[in-house]
Amino acid sequence: MPPQDRVRLLNAVAQLVDVGKAFDGRWALQGLNLSFPTGLATAVVGGSGSGKTTLLQLINGVLRADAGEVRVFGEPVPQHRPEPFRRRMGYAVQGAGLFPHLTSRRNMVLVAELEGWTEEAINARCAELMAQMELSEDMAERYPHQLSGGQRQRVGLCRALMLRPRLLLLDEPFSAVDPITRLGVHECFGQVQRQEGVSALLVTHDMREAVRLGDRLVILKEGRVVRSGPTEEVVRSPNDPYAEQLVNQHL
Amino acid sequence: MSRRSIDGQRSWMRPWRICCLAVLLAGSAAAEPVRIGSKNSNESYLLAEMAAQLLESEGFEVQRRFGLGGTLIAFDALVAGGIDLYMEYTGTLSQAILKLPHNANRQDINRLLVAKGLRLLPPLGFNNTYAIAVRRRQAEALGLRSIGDLANHAHLKVAFSHEFLERLDGWPGLAQAYGLDLEVTGIEHALAYQAIADGAIDVTDAYSTDGELLRYDLVQLRDDRRFFPQYLAAPLARTDLSEEAMALLRSLEGALSDDRMQALNAAVVVDGRSFAEVAAGFLGERGVQAGAQTDDLWSSLAANTAQHLKLTFSALVAAVAVGLTLSLLIFRRAVLARAVIYACGLLQTVPSIALLALMIPLFNIGATSAVVALFLYSLLPILRNTVSALCSIDPTLLRVAGALGLSRREQIRHVYLPLSMPTVLAGIRTAAVINIGTATLAAFIGAGGLGDPIVTGLALNDVSFILQGAIPAAILAILTELAFEALERTLVPGHLRAAQ
Repeated sequence: MPPQDRVRLLNAVAQLVDVGKAFDGRWALQGLNLSFPTGLATAVVGGSGSGKTTLLQLINGVLRADAGEVRVFGEPVPQHRPEPFRRRMGYAVQGAGLFPHLTSRRNMVLVAELEGWTEEAINARCAELMAQMELSEDMAERYPHQLSGGQRQRVGLCRALMLRPRLLLLDEPFSAVDPITRLGVHECFGQVQRQEGVSALLVTHDMREAVRLGDRLVILKEGRVVRSGPTEEVVRSPNDPYAEQLVNQHL
Repeated sequence: MSRRSIDGQRSWMRPWRICCLAVLLAGSAAAEPVRIGSKNSNESYLLAEMAAQLLESEGFEVQRRFGLGGTLIAFDALVAGGIDLYMEYTGTLSQAILKLPHNANRQDINRLLVAKGLRLLPPLGFNNTYAIAVRRRQAEALGLRSIGDLANHAHLKVAFSHEFLERLDGWPGLAQAYGLDLEVTGIEHALAYQAIADGAIDVTDAYSTDGELLRYDLVQLRDDRRFFPQYLAAPLARTDLSEEAMALLRSLEGALSDDRMQALNAAVVVDGRSFAEVAAGFLGERGVQAGAQTDDLWSSLAANTAQHLKLTFSALVAAVAVGLTLSLLIFRRAVLARAVIYACGLLQTVPSIALLALMIPLFNIGATSAVVALFLYSLLPILRNTVSALCSIDPTLLRVAGALGLSRREQIRHVYLPLSMPTVLAGIRTAAVINIGTATLAAFIGAGGLGDPIVTGLALNDVSFILQGAIPAAILAILTELAFEALERTLVPGHLRAAQ
């Protein structure tokens, strides 16, 4: 292993070594060697069936790898009582997945309450995040159905960031909003991500989004990595027909 | 008792402790109360009330378990020790219970009863056998005199009580003995008189001492072939009943002739006097100082309602606890969930009165049996609604809940239950309302509640009694609906409530 790679590994928030995952005897992911550097946003791009959601689930321990090893925060993903582990990472999904019976505020603060945060701490963090995500105060007491798609998305990101996680897992979180709204949310998210210094793993099928938000790109095709590296480098020289196709079609 | 005691804070416990102690001591010192049962016919009520007042006049404490829903419920309750005595008929014992050949006498019966720890005391005198009754005017018009004459009048509408239709000494044997081939339907005995008086039916079974025969001007067809066995009423008691009590009951031997009994029955069903009043009058003539304690309408209403609520509420609480827990355990396994729901559905198909009766061998008569039966009845709506609500929760929300690091318990508390709440509440509400209705049948197994006046009213064919149970039960059902609406308003945010 070249020395510069070794340094990067020491700094990785998560890394996959020879990881494979099979469903019903078929490999959904195979031979994955990836590391996600601390403090950066890595965008994983691929079409449906490329295994990108499976990758996320291996990292938060919903699924277990059938081959290789997944290490997060420098340790193997725990097999039992994964809750404390999962609370160290935020999670946001397509359509936001807000709990419909809770107000925006309660959606955001639920995990902090369960963690036993004080009310002051919760209020302060909540106000901070809402300001960062450009949500006005009167959104706090609204229920999800009273919010626009973009607002829901912002609340979902606030919820993911509530506990100041070291790693954010984002499963196509922006794909359910219209392109104009999406731009606003992207901008907001990019700022917050850098400000908080949180590592992010963004799974998306949208190359444009990946390039806009990702410091690094990982391009997946049929369960294998076809190209990975710093975003600019990948865009400049895709070095792979599929990667090139994505770059040419979308940019 | 001083209100201020040395150990200040704990003083509130003292009166409690002393009360408990007093109750315990009193309970062990006094003799066990005599529990008297009755079936749900007016004569059975009246005879039981006579026995009760007779024993009370000699200082016995008596518990009345009246209105038990049929011979088998009363007999099973006696065998199981839920009651100490009730009034039974020799014919019923020999035919329906002991399956003895025609017209067995009291010695034969007692020989078999002793093994069950029971004893049939000397008969009261009258013979209340089955009779086939028709309207006097119709009998005269058609020339109906004996049971055999029915063979020539196939157009008559014949309706018999369900028990009569089943018993060997009832319709099956009668039809054979007289060679009758008639189309018959079943009818509740208490309703048959009104039906025959209104002309809805023409022929029904009756008991020969029924007061209604006088009231509705019915005649009994002669039993030329002496098919019906003798039905001599007598106290049927557990052998462990005290000798003093037995002796008192023996003193009633031969005290009632057929006509006397019919007149006493008529005093209740025709003149509308209370059982207690008529029983006291009869005992008074025999020099027994019996008190006719008349229950004030409002206090008995309050007591019945309280008992009714106790039955329904305890059953509902248990069903909610078990239903929710079971649902949470099974809803992820589709096959198991379906099996459990089918099993509960099967329970639901058991008629409620039968389910109540099935509980007697297990829990004896009284509140426990009723609560268990109501509990089983409530399970299905709660279970079915909860499982279907849990299964229809958006899987994305569950994925998010897990990924945010909510433990299983936290997911149930903060996601599963609140999201399924509207449907779960609807299930509980259905169960509660069904329970309030079904609990009126609990009176048939001596559990009390608002069914008590209904059962009495049925025995007397007295609508005002029935309404004393039916109206409060209906009001309770409405209040329950309103209470659940209020509960839903507090527990479920507006946009998630079931469409009104």
